[in-house]
This record gives sequence, C-alpha cells and structure tokens, in this order.
Amino acid sequence: MEQTPKPPHDASQSNASESDAFESDASGSVATYTVGLVFALLLTGASFLVSQTNLLWAPGVSAGLAVLAIAQMGVHLVFFLHISTGRDNANNVLALAFGVMIVTLVVGGSLWIMANLNANMLSPAAIMQMQR
Amino acid sequence: MSAHAGTAGFEGSMHASEAESTGSGGGPAPVRIVVAYGFWIFLLSDIIMFSALFAAYAVLSGQTAGGPGARDLFNLHHVAVETLCLLFSSYTCGLGVLAVERRRLAGFYLGFALTFVLGATFLGLELNEFAGLVARGAGPSRSAFLSAFFSLVGLHGVHVSAGLLWMAFMVAQTAVKGPRDFVRRRLLCFSLFWHALDIIWVALLTLVYLIGAR
Repeated sequence: MEQTPKPPHDASQSNASESDAFESDASGSVATYTVGLVFALLLTGASFLVSQTNLLWAPGVSAGLAVLAIAQMGVHLVFFLHISTGRDNANNVLALAFGVMIVTLVVGGSLWIMANLNANMLSPAAIMQMQR
Repeated sequence: MSAHAGTAGFEGSMHASEAESTGSGGGPAPVRIVVAYGFWIFLLSDIIMFSALFAAYAVLSGQTAGGPGARDLFNLHHVAVETLCLLFSSYTCGLGVLAVERRRLAGFYLGFALTFVLGATFLGLELNEFAGLVARGAGPSRSAFLSAFFSLVGLHGVHVSAGLLWMAFMVAQTAVKGPRDFVRRRLLCFSLFWHALDIIWVALLTLVYLIGAR
C-alpha cells in the first residue's frame, strides 16, 4: 500500500530526465568524444613518458604504468563506450562488474599460481643432483 | 496486494506507448538499449577471452629460451604511431556514428572513411612489425615468449581486420538502405566493437610494449 504514491512521482521524474538522456546516452556528443580523446592522448603520453624517462622511482614504474592504463580504460569506457550511472545503464554496469571480476580472477590467479609453482619447483641443478 | 498489482499494471499500460521513445521504467526497454546490452555482453566475453591470452603472456614473457627478449625486439616509435592511429580512429568512428544519428550522411561517410584508413594503417604497421620479427628469426616458434606475443597481438590484429571488413559492409549497407533504425543500431554495435578494441590495445600497449621494453 505504501508504494502507491511512488509511481506518479517516478514517472514525472524519468520523463523529464530520460528523454534528453536517450539522445546523448546512446551515442554521446562531439564534446564527449573530444574530451575523451584529449584525456586518452594525455594518458598515453604520460605512459610513454613514464616508461622512457626516470621520472618515477624505477621499481615503481610498472605499477605506475598499470595505474595509467586502468585510468585510460576508464576514460574509454565513460567517454567512448558511454558506460554511465544512468538508469538505462544499470545492466551494462553490472555486466561490466562481472567481466572485471572474471578478468581479475583469470589474470591474477594465473600469475599467482605460476609464481607459486616456480617458487616450489626444483631447480634444474637440484634435479641433476637427484639423478646422480 | 491486489491493489498494488492493479496500479503496477495501469502504470505499465500507461507507459507502453512512451517506452519506445523515452526508455522510462514502465514498459519494455527500447530495442536500441536491449541490442546495445546484448552486444556489450558479447564484448565482455571477448575481453575475457583476451584475458586468458594476457595471463599466458604475463606468465611466459620471461621464457625466451635463449632467444631475443622484449627489450631487443620492440620499437616504441612504431608502437606510438600505431597507438595514435587507433585512438584517432576511435574518435572518427564516434563522430561518424553521431553524424548518422543526426542523418548527416556526408559526415558519416567522412568519419568512417577516416576510421577505415587509420585502422588499415594500424594493421599495415602491425603486419610490417610481424614480418620484420619473423625475418629476424624471432617468429612465433622461436620461444614461449614469442608464441604468447604473436597469439596475443595477432588476435588483436585479427579483431581489427574483422572490424575493417564489418566497417566496409556497414558503409555499403548504409548507402543502400539509408540510415534506418536497424542500420543505425548495427552502426552503434560496430562503434562499441571498435572502441572495445581500443581498450584491449591500451592493456596490450602497457603490458607488452611499455613494461616489456623497459
């Protein structure tokens, strides 16, 4: 019973906001693409700069590059693929979250397991020792 | 309970006519949104497939079997040009789709022609790089590192080739059938595909070339 006041309010709000959203949400605008391109170019430039100079502390360069790459993927998702927090996008965001989870499991899990295997593996020298 | 169901039904019927244009809560989502969602799920599964190859590359990148390593092989100037090609092709592809949404066909053809040229340039540079590697005796059979490299970068190249074919097909279809609803939905899917290839390239550039060639 308490839900009865909700629908009219809901409808009036969504009609106002989503009629514009449909035009801009599905394919963006020239401004979105331009901003996205500028961000992407800046981040790519920063990646090349970081990898080619001694700007960052040497052992931290890989981590820095990973951060820049993830930031750039975010820029592409938001400005080019139009993943947003809008209501029409809830399914897309959930699917993306699931995809990110699987990718993290596959890549992170493989690296973890293989590093462990390498650490626990006998070195070739030790195997030669046992065969003697 | 029955009162609530009644209002929900009423709301649903009230919005059924509007749902096509606004995508508001009541009725089914517009076809465009559903199609983009389905294609997005395909893209995510594609990205998951790539993640397996990324994992393989990350694990095998040190296994050079006495052959050349990433540092000896990769030319970053080359890679920078490839990256710029892909970034600008994403931009022109987006602008082309915007133009066709506004029924400006000239802008659409221009945008997609530029996208095609940039994509083909990228592919040419990549094939050139592969041919150079094979000529130097660093082909995919040289070491586990090179096998992983060729399968990962090669699969991205295959995707770009498929994208170029699809692009040519869509331009022809738009020319024949005009910017109708279903043609524009397909163009939207194509642009999602092209942008997703860019995302994969960003990961590839960072892991294979920038981290590898240091």
